[in-house]
Amino acid sequence: MMITAGVDIGNKFTKVVIVKDGKIVSKAMELTGFDPAGAADKAYAAALSEGNKARGDVAKVVATGAGAGEAKFADDVVTVVGADAKGAFAAFPAARTVIDVGAEEGRAIRINDSGKIVDFAINEKCAAGAGSFIESMARALEVPLEEMGPLALKADKSIAMNAQCVVFAESEVVSLVHAKTRKENISKAVHDAISARVVSMVRRIGVEKEVLMIGGVAKNVGFVKGLSDGLDAKVNILDEPEFVSAFGAALAAAEE
Amino acid sequence: MAETKEFWRWTESRWTNPDLDWKNAKIITCGVDVGSVSSQCVIMCDGELYAYANMRTGSNSPDSAKNAFNRAVEGTSLTLDNIHFTVGTGYGRVNVPFSNKAVTEIACHARGANFMYGSTVRTVLDMGGQDCKAITIDEKGKVQSFLMNDKCAAGTGRGMEVFSNLLSVSINDVGELSLKVDEDPAPVSSTCVVFAKSEATGLLRAGWPTEKVLAAYCLAMAQRVVSLLERNGVQPDFAITGGIAKNVGIVSRLERLLNLKALKPKYDTQLAGAVGAALFAKALVEKGKKK
Repeated sequence: MMITAGVDIGNKFTKVVIVKDGKIVSKAMELTGFDPAGAADKAYAAALSEGNKARGDVAKVVATGAGAGEAKFADDVVTVVGADAKGAFAAFPAARTVIDVGAEEGRAIRINDSGKIVDFAINEKCAAGAGSFIESMARALEVPLEEMGPLALKADKSIAMNAQCVVFAESEVVSLVHAKTRKENISKAVHDAISARVVSMVRRIGVEKEVLMIGGVAKNVGFVKGLSDGLDAKVNILDEPEFVSAFGAALAAAEE
Repeated sequence: MAETKEFWRWTESRWTNPDLDWKNAKIITCGVDVGSVSSQCVIMCDGELYAYANMRTGSNSPDSAKNAFNRAVEGTSLTLDNIHFTVGTGYGRVNVPFSNKAVTEIACHARGANFMYGSTVRTVLDMGGQDCKAITIDEKGKVQSFLMNDKCAAGTGRGMEVFSNLLSVSINDVGELSLKVDEDPAPVSSTCVVFAKSEATGLLRAGWPTEKVLAAYCLAMAQRVVSLLERNGVQPDFAITGGIAKNVGIVSRLERLLNLKALKPKYDTQLAGAVGAALFAKALVEKGKKK
């Protein structure tokens, strides 16, 4: 009857999951902002209170994510790839290819039938393959981020984007708007461009079914459509894909 | 996107050579360089610089080309009819409505640098709005080899514009200000401009003064460009063209990292592509080409 916690300090959001015997008891999410330590504290307190638990009830806390070192209450740290693999395999045991696209990073991980990592690839150098790409384009299109994905599904035409870089793509989107291109079609072009980049990263490690996508960008239907078309495979999504990494960290905390 | 003050907005310019009268010229040619960020039009009389304009590129390439031409001939009685041949170059070179031929910007920059900096130039670094090119050339200004980054904003003028806006420093002052540090800090570690922006915001929050953040970014940009240059080979003389050549913060750091001085420009550094285009136009007229 061990209670553990996982903290995932991402570039954009900080997630905490509290786990008891492999099952999620409660979870919470906070904007990371410029105070990752504070965000971790807040999210941890919120998750504890939601689960009716005190700090003393938690046997071990493991942190992960870009800001893993900032969680002062954590006993240990695990890599994001490790947390992703563990969380994904536990939540969806059929997963063999796990794709995690967050705000500033993208990862593709191949795991075997016992959940062990076989291979992985990471992009953390270029925003064009991460969620911030869609966010910047949403700003240029003056469309709320949540509406970007659904908008792309209403496109009636495929247009190609020339720019790869986020900074250049922003000007390209503005030019497309000036040229009176439909926002739906621009949004599709944006999602096609980023999913194509993620597809090529996934291809490098090889695609094995089932494919599971996690991370905040998994909630974007436009991206998932592009990914599934590009990989020519069904892309499975969990209910709350952004918590999988924190869940994996909490599971890691339960292991000895 | 609402930008209350446009810190990135650099100064447009135009010039006419007071010592020349186009009516005495045998061959009048025009070079138009429609870049992604700026457009230049250069008019040459018998291979000598007669007039130029340097403007921002709008959202429409043909209009940008026409605007640059109209601005260049402003105050002269020149019209398009007087031009014997026009060469278009740059990212929008196929969209110059009055051009008689399009030539790649690599060839034009090489030729233009040879004219602007002299025949001793062997290495040309063109730092443009949305790309960066390392070119080695011979004594005639012919391209020997080149490498180019046009995929990523790191190391380009657009990247610098993003930073000037972020730090609310006019793009014209970035270089000077970045040198107001006793010693260069560690360079900004993120390659991607988007991530570098977050990193810089973090540095400001940690209490770094603006000039120190600019120094860290200028150093990172210089290092990035040096690696492009070194892959293509660096031999003296060395010349820098494009808008970033006006940024002393980048130029001085490049010189330090390469241990090589850049030749001092005599002309607006953004003109190289258009000058090369006008020279190609002259050579074509001499070969008997008609527009």
